[in-house]
Amino acid sequence: MAAQEHKNTSQRADEAEVVEEVPPAPGPASDEASAATEGTDDLLDEIDGVLETNAEEFVRGFVQKGGQ
Amino acid sequence: MTVRRVMGTETEYGILAPALPGANSTVLSTQIINSYASLRNASEGRLSGTRWDYSDEAPLTDARGWELSREDADPSQLTDGGDVLGAEGVALAGGRLSENGLYTDGPLSTGVLMNMVLSNGARLYVDHAHPEYSSPEVTNPKDAVIWDKAGDAVVLAALRKVARTPGLAAINLYKNNTDNKSVSYGSHENYLMPREVPFNRITAGLIPFFVSRQVICGAGRVGRGQDGSKPGFQISQRADFFEAEVGLETTIRRPIINTRDEPHATADKYRRLHVIIGDANLSEVSTYLKLGTASLVLDLIEHGAAPVLELVQPVQALQAISHDPSLRRTVQLKDGRSLTGLELQRIYYDAAEKHCWRDGEPDADTVEILARWGGLLDVLEDDPMKAAAQVDWVAKLKLLESYRQRDSLEWNDARLGLIDLQYADVRPEKGLYHRLAARGQMERLVTDEQIAAAVSEPPHDTRAYFRGKCIDHFGREVVGASWDSVIFELPNHRRLQRIPTREPLRGTRELTGRLFDTSATAEEFIDQLLGTEPWGVAR
Repeated sequence: MAAQEHKNTSQRADEAEVVEEVPPAPGPASDEASAATEGTDDLLDEIDGVLETNAEEFVRGFVQKGGQ
Repeated sequence: MTVRRVMGTETEYGILAPALPGANSTVLSTQIINSYASLRNASEGRLSGTRWDYSDEAPLTDARGWELSREDADPSQLTDGGDVLGAEGVALAGGRLSENGLYTDGPLSTGVLMNMVLSNGARLYVDHAHPEYSSPEVTNPKDAVIWDKAGDAVVLAALRKVARTPGLAAINLYKNNTDNKSVSYGSHENYLMPREVPFNRITAGLIPFFVSRQVICGAGRVGRGQDGSKPGFQISQRADFFEAEVGLETTIRRPIINTRDEPHATADKYRRLHVIIGDANLSEVSTYLKLGTASLVLDLIEHGAAPVLELVQPVQALQAISHDPSLRRTVQLKDGRSLTGLELQRIYYDAAEKHCWRDGEPDADTVEILARWGGLLDVLEDDPMKAAAQVDWVAKLKLLESYRQRDSLEWNDARLGLIDLQYADVRPEKGLYHRLAARGQMERLVTDEQIAAAVSEPPHDTRAYFRGKCIDHFGREVVGASWDSVIFELPNHRRLQRIPTREPLRGTRELTGRLFDTSATAEEFIDQLLGTEPWGVAR
């Protein structure tokens, strides 16, 4: 994970350098945004499939006795 | 100055059998404990239920210097008796009644097991109406993460076993702190401190820290107020359940600083600070920082270097900070300043950073905690949502906001409540934290292999090693154990042999490993242990 962190940081640094030299065209920026949306859609699709059915009843049924 | 000190965590899990609405939660909890015991028995071929030794428990001793009488105590504070399951519970569990109509926490042969001491040095037991895992003592925050996560693996194995057992309904466990219907249950931390530090100094130094630390390690909650009925999101699971600044109680009138003075160690040398204000974390970074930063602040307090911060209304400040995920809300100090939770944390961080480097470079654990603490404060000051890979409340809020946006949901929509609850499901296939982690969206600090090893192996550098290895090697002869004792029953001895372990940093592998290696039987082990002193187990 630490490695991935570094990767993300260096990616951001690369993007920043590019921005300094050439102003970003609207095309790539919206591509990026739609890629992010796709990632979120994909995540929510997965979670839709994992969530318990009948949310209202399930949440209402989660009743605990007191603890510390 | 260092983050290293003896520490540990306790987790009470929320428990639910979806197919049995209204099932007795104490009975469900015993099913978890007994299923884990049967797993251990199957793999080790012996009994692993161990009676808890209550002789050194003192739940009514107050750190401020007095003792609460039993008559004045709330029944839930009397935690020093054996766990007893009533007739109703036994009947519901499908058990048989003994002659006196009660089952105690004895070994399996007497019926329902309420307590186990595990070979990793932890305690797994029924606490009130929840299964609880109390981690073994460790010496640093990284190990605290590993053995805390091992607890999640232990209860996961137990609920899988329940699901496979004919006649038992499947049980879900949640590593959270509230049912959003006025009930809260705890996740506690314990820190060993020198006894000579005056308690009022601990209180003064810790209150503003505990009020503000939720911004770096809160678990997030949908709903406000104890019953969660006011719509919205808040940073902390626990904040709305605290009603006092200082006190002995843990289940009623919960105080920010808990004064239970039960050192589980040599009492004139040590104090065990029992911290009840904290959220149960799934994020490894959150747990790591929760333990590491608290240890650093205790070090500041011990050295008289804690920042002087006095909140006008600590309990209200705790809730005000929790109710503002934008992190802009300020709280009043007695000196007239108004500061945000982040600013309070920054003051503690600056003090710790300055203090740590005073005598040269600190140890690696301390350097890492400082770097992560300071780095996270930078990120949160810039944009809280950028900390979603590290902080539970941010990860949860980001997910909730995505749902709100996609499906135009109001905060009181039941699906958001379900996401909040299911974030904490301990099953990897259902738990939303686990789903995020599997996609690489949560930063990991330890490996699955380290966690799996810690399910059965104790830490090497505390007395938990001695306790765990006694269970591992001599499970048949160990008839009782506690944090500061292990009790043997040997065929050739008429009396029980109680081995005190009052020094948390003795009983280590270095000091006792050879003793376990060279003893073929419990008899030999005890003879060697009592015959010679240099083994380092207490007294």
